[in-house]
Amino acid sequence: MSSSIDAVIAKEYQHGFVTDIAADTIAPGLSEDVVRLISSKKGEPSWMTDWRLKAYRRWQTMHEPHWPNVRYAPIDYQATSYYSSPVTKKPLGSLDEVDPTLLETYKKLGIPLYEQKMLAGVAVDAIFDSVSVGTTMKAELASHGIIFCSFGEALREHPELIRKYLGTVVPYSDNFFAALNSAVFSDGSFVYVPKGVRCPVELSTYFRINAADTGQFERTLIVADEGSYVSYLEGCTAPKRSTNQLHAAVVELVALPGATIKYSTVQNWYAGDKEGVGGIYNFVTKRGKAFENSKISWTQVETGSAITWKYPSVILQGDNAVGEFYSVAVVNNKQQADTGTKMIHIGRNTRSTIVSKGISAGEGNNSYRGKVQVLPKAENARNYTQCDSMLVGNRCGAHTFPYVEVANKSAIVEHEASTSKIGEDQIFYLKQRGMSGEQAVSMIVSGFCKEVFKELPMEFALEAQQLLGITLEGSVG
Amino acid sequence: MSLLEVRGLRATVADKEILKGIDLTVNTGEIHAVMGPNGSGKSTLAQVLAGNPAYEVTGGTATYDGKDLFALQPEQRAQQGIFLAFQYPVEIAGVSNAYFLRTAYNEVRKAHGEEEVDPLEFADLMEERLKVVDMDPAMLTRSVNAGFSGGEKKRNEILQMAVLRPKLAILDETDSGLDIDALRIVANGVNSLRSKDNATIVVTHYQRLLNHIVPDFVHVLSGGKIIRSGGKELALELEAKGYTDSASHSARSEESVARSRTGATR
Repeated sequence: MSSSIDAVIAKEYQHGFVTDIAADTIAPGLSEDVVRLISSKKGEPSWMTDWRLKAYRRWQTMHEPHWPNVRYAPIDYQATSYYSSPVTKKPLGSLDEVDPTLLETYKKLGIPLYEQKMLAGVAVDAIFDSVSVGTTMKAELASHGIIFCSFGEALREHPELIRKYLGTVVPYSDNFFAALNSAVFSDGSFVYVPKGVRCPVELSTYFRINAADTGQFERTLIVADEGSYVSYLEGCTAPKRSTNQLHAAVVELVALPGATIKYSTVQNWYAGDKEGVGGIYNFVTKRGKAFENSKISWTQVETGSAITWKYPSVILQGDNAVGEFYSVAVVNNKQQADTGTKMIHIGRNTRSTIVSKGISAGEGNNSYRGKVQVLPKAENARNYTQCDSMLVGNRCGAHTFPYVEVANKSAIVEHEASTSKIGEDQIFYLKQRGMSGEQAVSMIVSGFCKEVFKELPMEFALEAQQLLGITLEGSVG
Repeated sequence: MSLLEVRGLRATVADKEILKGIDLTVNTGEIHAVMGPNGSGKSTLAQVLAGNPAYEVTGGTATYDGKDLFALQPEQRAQQGIFLAFQYPVEIAGVSNAYFLRTAYNEVRKAHGEEEVDPLEFADLMEERLKVVDMDPAMLTRSVNAGFSGGEKKRNEILQMAVLRPKLAILDETDSGLDIDALRIVANGVNSLRSKDNATIVVTHYQRLLNHIVPDFVHVLSGGKIIRSGGKELALELEAKGYTDSASHSARSEESVARSRTGATR
């Protein structure tokens, strides 16, 4: 059987390169001094430094959780450097002043900061390691009153907004990795959309880890004021590395009454080689708080990382709030994933939809972990969960850990689950209609993921399909 | 013109030898029926010709359109015009019939150096082809074979045949599980696609289908070998006397050998 599929060429991770720019890097190790140093290098206000220090002190009292269904070598938190910034001669006023080598990096990653992106109507905020470089279309967005900039810049230009909302969805005490992130976060994105404004473009961000042994601690905060709308795309790549890299980001979404936030992710971090060596650890805390009549949608396509551990969640705080989670998570070779969502129904008439598609191939191990919680005063809560697993081959694993906690009698909670295997007979059927083994797998898997892909903004949907195809190459047989 | 020449074909599945030396010649413009009792190897023959990897060819040769058939991958055989109407068509959830058919159609076009068609052009083509099997255009938006009845699945196979216009169509027990009306629709579809440039191998248990798809040649498969060949009357004889009777006539008649080797058509 394998002979009919083995003509497929295994694609090398194409983003495996390193940019040769001198980086200003702090020596490895974590202490209060390091936290203060990070804060001072960024020129942060003292309240921010204090917040970081509180988080650090809290982190020191916490223990790394070991309950997920994943296995990894212990992380030495003292062995990584917590800050790395590309060295530039002067402050960046415009794109023309950006180091051309940096811009070349973006081109290699397929991020044309220039006209192409502008013409496509996508604003790009590209983060190079721990410092944000170049923000396009700022002026255009500014005409709508929309703020889209790096977290660092937002802290300088709009500290009152940061202070008001930071930590209100993910407090620094929330969990071990959130505490760590809160202490040493490097940079990230900040978005604010004013009342009643519909953001006219999809907002997007790219970032990558460059210097060896630098963990990436991204912090993103998106605030959609009353009645506003914003769609945000997150897509990331990283170069090949020989040591595991921790990526412990925190993303907070605040949807004020009547607002809508759509957050889409296509994640293609380096997953490690075929033996599982050297991939990224993606331990992320993502959460949104939805007030009355608002909506938060998470859509993710996770094909990379050695280990993916994340539960983009929605707190349905206000009446009539809506939360959605659409996910495709792929594990191949030795990848592991423990991912899912939490939908917490607090207000009345709240609704949540969860569609999770897990694909396991090679010796990958995929776990869906979800929590649907209906609190006592959450009248008429509705949840629909569909959790499907697809197994490719005989050595992979798919697991489901659904938690359903309902404390209100008027709730209706539905859960459907299915497990299927890509059948050799399906592959042969498609081949007998003229398609190659690769096309066959791609078609079957795309069909499996259709419900999730149709939630992605169009420009991402195509990339997602291709990513899926590349990730699963050589897996059937 | 000789389209398919099979000589001494032997094949095994799960370490069991099913085909023990098949000789068969199919010329363009002909319809060949392959009949036989359960376990005789009828479906195996169909699957082996299509290139199902679950089956291993252990001996013999097959030439298709002048090429070594067994040197071709299943998808290459399909692109070269071989079509297998499956006995048990599988479901492909989430993939619409329209998308699936268009992709298959374009693969064949690409193989012949022709340009691919876009969804709109394809929709026009489909409108016409759907009539061949009397199918509702609404089925195009449904997932491949998902929620289809047995009859609908078989009609979907013939629809695909109508779209792909193969040179050599192999119908693997297409009549199994069909009621009279569905049978008639399927048969009409097959008949309307018949031309002097293509050929069909009809694998079937029962003579009933052959009332509608009239074959030029009938071969009886038993114990992995073709033990008898004849014209369409042979099917009627089998219906009356059963397969065991034929097994005792293990030598092929002179008449049918002459007919199949010279490629004379009815």
